[in-house]
Amino acid sequence: MAAKSNLKNMALCLSLVCLICSAVLSLVYAVTAEPIKAAEQKALVESINQVLPAGGELSDVATAEFDGKKFDYYVSTADGVPAAYAVKSTTVGFGGPLSLMVGVLPDGTVYNTSVLSHSETPGLGAKCNTDAKFMEQWKGLGTDKVIKVTKDGGDIDAITASTITSRAYSLAVSNAVAFVKSIAKAEEE
Amino acid sequence: MSKWSTLTDGFVKNNPTFVLVLGMCPTLATTTSAVNGLEMGLATLFVLVLSNIVISLLAPLVPDKVHIPVYIVVIATFVTLLQFIMQAYTPEAYKTLGLFIPLIVVNCIVLGRAEAFANKHGVLESLLDGIGVGLGFTVSLTVIGIVREILGSGSVFGWKFIPGDGILAFVMAPGAFLVLGYLMVLFNKYLKKS
Repeated sequence: MAAKSNLKNMALCLSLVCLICSAVLSLVYAVTAEPIKAAEQKALVESINQVLPAGGELSDVATAEFDGKKFDYYVSTADGVPAAYAVKSTTVGFGGPLSLMVGVLPDGTVYNTSVLSHSETPGLGAKCNTDAKFMEQWKGLGTDKVIKVTKDGGDIDAITASTITSRAYSLAVSNAVAFVKSIAKAEEE
Repeated sequence: MSKWSTLTDGFVKNNPTFVLVLGMCPTLATTTSAVNGLEMGLATLFVLVLSNIVISLLAPLVPDKVHIPVYIVVIATFVTLLQFIMQAYTPEAYKTLGLFIPLIVVNCIVLGRAEAFANKHGVLESLLDGIGVGLGFTVSLTVIGIVREILGSGSVFGWKFIPGDGILAFVMAPGAFLVLGYLMVLFNKYLKKS
């Protein structure tokens, strides 16, 4: 039957159980730390490659501040000149932070976008990650377009019944474009 | 009680979702699609089987007054372990289930089986009970997920066979309650003969 519930037994039992559990966890953590890092890195590299023109040489991550916000970005260089920028741009969507990877050419043209993480409503805002019509319209979006949803006087067709998500998406993209324009300009000078 | 009935009890007589009505939080929240329901069920099954085994081994050694903290530590260890493994090898599933994986620790099914079964029975029976209840939970969640996915998105396991948008409410929380309620009625009427 169960051991007696005196102080010595209880303290001993709890300490032992916790000790063993933490030992097991440390071991598993050590084993999985590498694959976890690799999986995260792989997802990141995939999203970067998706939003940039092929063939450039990718830089390491750099961080710069613009308009009071910090942006992580990667530069793709071809023949020694920056050919495109991949910018991690985060805004607040309907259900929480909406984090995008936006590929922008130095002149401010959007090359492509991809969703890094979101917490939008399944079936509604979550379509920003699957709806082909919505996702296609970012490809090659020129500087002559206004990056706002049509409801706000822009050129972006919102996802049906998900105006807030579409607005957040547009804001993230236009932030990224403004950011790239500023660093591209700074590099020219 | 025979070994066979220990295994099968979790499916019908003690079905965690439709009869015991335990673990409602992950049931309602993660069953937006069949795949999500299945993955959540399997994650819970993994923790349930392992914690049942370890707790049935530990139970005779643990002083009564501290048995709950000991069980929780054991369960939390397995959940954290599962989290590491999923993050490393199935990052996609980890991304969709996210928050609900750590919440398995407080899933009343796991602690419920530890308290009601594993600490009174041997290793083999506890293992069978864990598998039975875990599979019962997995199947229930998958069925709810299938129904909600058909009605809400017009697809099953991501395979779309009804064009268009589907009935949105079923993807969101109200649909979860509706589907769960109707399935519970059907389950108790046709399957559970008491």
